[in-house]
Amino acid sequence: MPINYYIFLAVALFSIGVMGVLTRRNAIIVFMCIELMLNAVNLLLVAFSKMHHATALAGDAATMVGAEAQLFVFFIMVVAAAEVSVGLAIIVMMYRNIHSVDINFLNRLKH
Amino acid sequence: MTKLTYLIPLFPLIGFLVNGLGRRVLPKSFSGAFGSLTVLASFILSVLIFMEVRVDGFTAQQIRLFSFINTASLNIPFAFQIDQLSSLFLLIITGVGFLIHVYSTAYMSNEGSDHYARYFAYLNLFVFSMLLLVLGANYVIMFIGWEGVGLCSYLLIGYWFKNGDYNNAAKKAFVMNRIGDLGFLLAVFWMIGQFGTTNFSDIFPRANDTAPAVLTGITLLLFVGATGKSAQIPLYTWLPDAMAGPTPVSALIHAATMVTAGIYMIARSNILYTLAPVTPSIVAVIGLATSILAATIAIQQNDIKKVLAYSTVSQLGLMFLGLGVGAYTGAVFHVMTHAFFKALLFLGAGSVIHAMHHEQDIRNMGGLKKHLPVTHLTFLIGCIAIAGIPPFSGFFSKDEILMGAFAHSPVLYFIGTFSALLTAFYMFRLYAMTFLGTFRGTHEQEHHLHESPAAITIPLVILALLAVVAGFLGIPEVFAKDAHWLQHFLAPVFADSTARQEAHAISHNTEYAMMGGTVLAILVIMFYALKKFGAYTKTGEEASGFAKLLANKWYVDEIYEAVISRPLRGLSVFFNNVIERSAIDGIVNGTGKFIQYSSRQLRWLQSGQVGSYILIMVVATVVFFIIQIFGK
Amino acid sequence: MFAAFDNFPALLIWLPLIGGLVSFFIKNERSVKAWAILSSILTLALFAFSLLYTDDKHYILNSVSYVWLPELGSSFSLFLDGMSRILCLLTAISFPLIFASTYSSTYKNPNAFYGLMLLTQCGLMGVFLAVDALVFYFFWELALIPAYFLASQWGGEKRIQAAFKFFIYTFAGSLFLLIGIIYVYLKTPEQSFSLVSFYNVQLSAQEQMWLFWMFFVAFAIKMPIFPFHTWQPDVYEQSPTAVTMVLSGIMVKMGLFAAIRWLLPVFPEAVRHYDNVVIGLAVVGMLYASCIALVQDDLKRLIAYSSIAHIGLMSASLFTINQMSMQGALIQMFNHGVNIIGLWIVVYLIEKQTGIRKISQLGGLAQKAPALAILLVVIALANIALPLTNAFVGEFMMFAGLYKFSPWYAAAAGISIILAAVYTLNMVKNVFYGNLNTITAGFRDIVLYERVILVMIVVMIFIVGVYPEPMFNMIRSASEVVIGKFIK
Repeated sequence: MPINYYIFLAVALFSIGVMGVLTRRNAIIVFMCIELMLNAVNLLLVAFSKMHHATALAGDAATMVGAEAQLFVFFIMVVAAAEVSVGLAIIVMMYRNIHSVDINFLNRLKH
Repeated sequence: MTKLTYLIPLFPLIGFLVNGLGRRVLPKSFSGAFGSLTVLASFILSVLIFMEVRVDGFTAQQIRLFSFINTASLNIPFAFQIDQLSSLFLLIITGVGFLIHVYSTAYMSNEGSDHYARYFAYLNLFVFSMLLLVLGANYVIMFIGWEGVGLCSYLLIGYWFKNGDYNNAAKKAFVMNRIGDLGFLLAVFWMIGQFGTTNFSDIFPRANDTAPAVLTGITLLLFVGATGKSAQIPLYTWLPDAMAGPTPVSALIHAATMVTAGIYMIARSNILYTLAPVTPSIVAVIGLATSILAATIAIQQNDIKKVLAYSTVSQLGLMFLGLGVGAYTGAVFHVMTHAFFKALLFLGAGSVIHAMHHEQDIRNMGGLKKHLPVTHLTFLIGCIAIAGIPPFSGFFSKDEILMGAFAHSPVLYFIGTFSALLTAFYMFRLYAMTFLGTFRGTHEQEHHLHESPAAITIPLVILALLAVVAGFLGIPEVFAKDAHWLQHFLAPVFADSTARQEAHAISHNTEYAMMGGTVLAILVIMFYALKKFGAYTKTGEEASGFAKLLANKWYVDEIYEAVISRPLRGLSVFFNNVIERSAIDGIVNGTGKFIQYSSRQLRWLQSGQVGSYILIMVVATVVFFIIQIFGK
Repeated sequence: MFAAFDNFPALLIWLPLIGGLVSFFIKNERSVKAWAILSSILTLALFAFSLLYTDDKHYILNSVSYVWLPELGSSFSLFLDGMSRILCLLTAISFPLIFASTYSSTYKNPNAFYGLMLLTQCGLMGVFLAVDALVFYFFWELALIPAYFLASQWGGEKRIQAAFKFFIYTFAGSLFLLIGIIYVYLKTPEQSFSLVSFYNVQLSAQEQMWLFWMFFVAFAIKMPIFPFHTWQPDVYEQSPTAVTMVLSGIMVKMGLFAAIRWLLPVFPEAVRHYDNVVIGLAVVGMLYASCIALVQDDLKRLIAYSSIAHIGLMSASLFTINQMSMQGALIQMFNHGVNIIGLWIVVYLIEKQTGIRKISQLGGLAQKAPALAILLVVIALANIALPLTNAFVGEFMMFAGLYKFSPWYAAAAGISIILAAVYTLNMVKNVFYGNLNTITAGFRDIVLYERVILVMIVVMIFIVGVYPEPMFNMIRSASEVVIGKFIK
């Protein structure tokens, strides 16, 4: 399958994530959109990894080119998981304090 | 003897310090006597030096005291020069100065003892500065004295410092002098640039090799200095106002010595003036114009001292005419005789004012002849001398200047003679209104009229004698061959100039005719004035027409006020209020305000909304992508 | 550690520094005043002592260099040469005079006040002694910061505003200076901040042109040259008089001194290129400031503008690159410091008794205070450079040099000496002469110690005015070094 399909899909996912972050006010949905963007990047990484690996195989059967990208993906997943745990905790604390998960209430940065 | 020259200015300086520092403790009798004695000591020394200088073949001597300004490119020693010219001026300054000091001990006796000592301190300081001026062996030392006499003049005009008008007069005198001094200074700088030195003995021999344009520039700038100090157009207006000072001060500073500094300076630099192509004519024209202008004003003045002040300006103008036409000896001669008779006239006026209890308006005088016999007689001698009636001194000196002018151009001669006629008119008007006729003052004044004490009359008598005989020092060729002692005496000083001047022989007959004509005219005018004003009565009507113009001094003060003072003040206010406050400070403060304002505007970006931050971030990222992709 | 005290430059810095630090801990007002006077007199004594060792064989006593930041190529180098000597002399003489003449003032937190004053003295000494650009910059700022606090904590109503303006102004200038210094430093072959390296650095004409402005703006603000001067009248007016004396008497000389030491010899080509611009600015500034002085009613502002005019002449003459005017300017820096401190003392004495500085409200003081009047007249005459006063010598030489550069500049600048006579005599007339009014009727003459201080100033005026030879000897060789950079 040509790489373009993967790229289009990833861009679409990423854009949906960005739009979600920008437009939604619910913190949990914003959070999910951030995950969406991360996964869009993951998808791209895996796709390119596979593509480079395939081209490299033609020259050298034992090559490991492209494997690093898949490693990155694992890192990102780990970071995302850690982020989820911290982020959800923050959202819970936020709910406890202001009884809402609407991020427009979070304008304390100004002060 | 010349080794002791430094003592001459030192004595008055000591007098200044003692009287100045001890003014609280010294009794009046001491400060007056001490102040006079220091000048007397200088006078004696001056006489001794004069005895040495008058010997034929005496050459100028420099006495170097210490190094004043000493750098790689410029060396100005604190040095004195003794020659015929400075020796003559030393005699005039210390001699007349001493008489005026003696006179002052009586004239100022109403002052409190500390003010009395202050007065003598100032007077001594003046003599010191004036001596520095004439003794200096270079232009810088001369300038020290030059500014010093200006300062003393300022201090003495404003001696009665409670009076605001007097203070203004003092300030005016100083500022006018300063304007002239700037010209002098620039000339000195030019000389430093041109010759690398300011010593007379180094500059004058090199004048011959100097470009005429440079000499013209230098001499013109020096002349600007002279117009300030010696009260010539356009800077003369301070001198009449300077009459605010005590009368002996007017006699010493504003008649006999300080105002002649300009003439001394030009006579000293005579070779520069002789070689400069244009300057002498300018000097002559300015001198003549001043002479006429001041004489016309004097005709309509009613303040006894103002008349004398304008007369001084007029006489100084004649001296400049003499300098301009190359009659250097004549100018110096007139300085000397003028010092005697004008000091005499001022002191006589002082005696009158003293007797009249500080009344100076001659319309309120009259008939003082019988009350003040000595003053009257000496004053009359002074009038005759200044009017130029032979054989009194003024005749000889004025005649010499006018003859010099005639040799140059008959036009100058006739205008100069006209000025001399005016002199006779206003002087005898003054004399007649003061001493003849009937007394017009109050009864109280009349009751107190009295002849002044000996300390006042003795100087008057001595000066009167000098005013009579001084003329015989310079008997013209016409009357007797080689009888002009002064010319002979000063010949070494003016030798270089004389050598470069073409001799204009005037036939003896012409000279006799002119002299006779002039004297006759003067006598006619004298009798006319005596007749007209001898029986003066107060009318109380204001002058009108041309007389009003003269009484108001051609409105020169008002013109200066409108053309210089007021615009300057307006400009200053404009600078202060508009440029300083609004423009410069506005820009500075505006920069600060702009930063504050723009920060306040930028603050709206910091809304605190997470969404807006992210939006900005995304937009920025997209923009960067676009630049990255399409920018190349 | 003791090795730090075996030479004059280091001691001249240490003494006021220690004196200042100690003052912070003396809570009693009388004691801290006594301590400050003692400390400043010690500094003066030390300096007087150093004058015995000015010849070349005592070089070691007058020069010092400590290891400071070797990795940056900067060492803590100080050098007491003729040029710095004359300004250190001014600094050393001024502070005892300032402390003594303002002895009767009371300040809140006197310990901090006197401490900061002595720290300022330390900074000033450092500026004059430093021969390493980084050390110079360090002291340049060190002198500014205490001065800022002095001006902003003690003084008139608008002091905060004025002091803030002063600080921002000079600090902005300092930043340009720092950038310039670092650039030159990077251009030196041995990566060094020392004065010698700066003098020998090879810069292209292009570089000199913009570096010149970097340095010049900093110095011009400090001097100040028109149109960078607007901080000055406000600060002088608002600061306590003791601080004004330091600012006008000594601190403005920092700019002039720095120009001679760090600007002229380092960028000779740029100086030649811009001399007309700088001299033109200075001359315009002289006339402008003199005109404004004519219409000032506040004594302090009058003196401030008069000072701008005088400083203008000094800066103009520096840029003529002429031995005569350079020496005149150096001597005049000292003279101007002495004279203006004398004027401030008189203003202080008047304000202390009457509480006002408005010329229009004063009058007739000469009747009540003849001694003060006489001393003021002498100082005022020195201020307008009458012959035989100190300022005449300096101004004469500066004008002579300026005339050599261009007669027109000299003539234009000369107009300002006429204007100086006008406003100075106006001031004398309106304050001292004339009649008494209700405010001045109760004026008393100055007391003995005030008289002694003013007499000392007057004596200095006359000594330098009549016999300036020792001063010339002090600065001759130093000025030759600077001029030497221009003769190739």
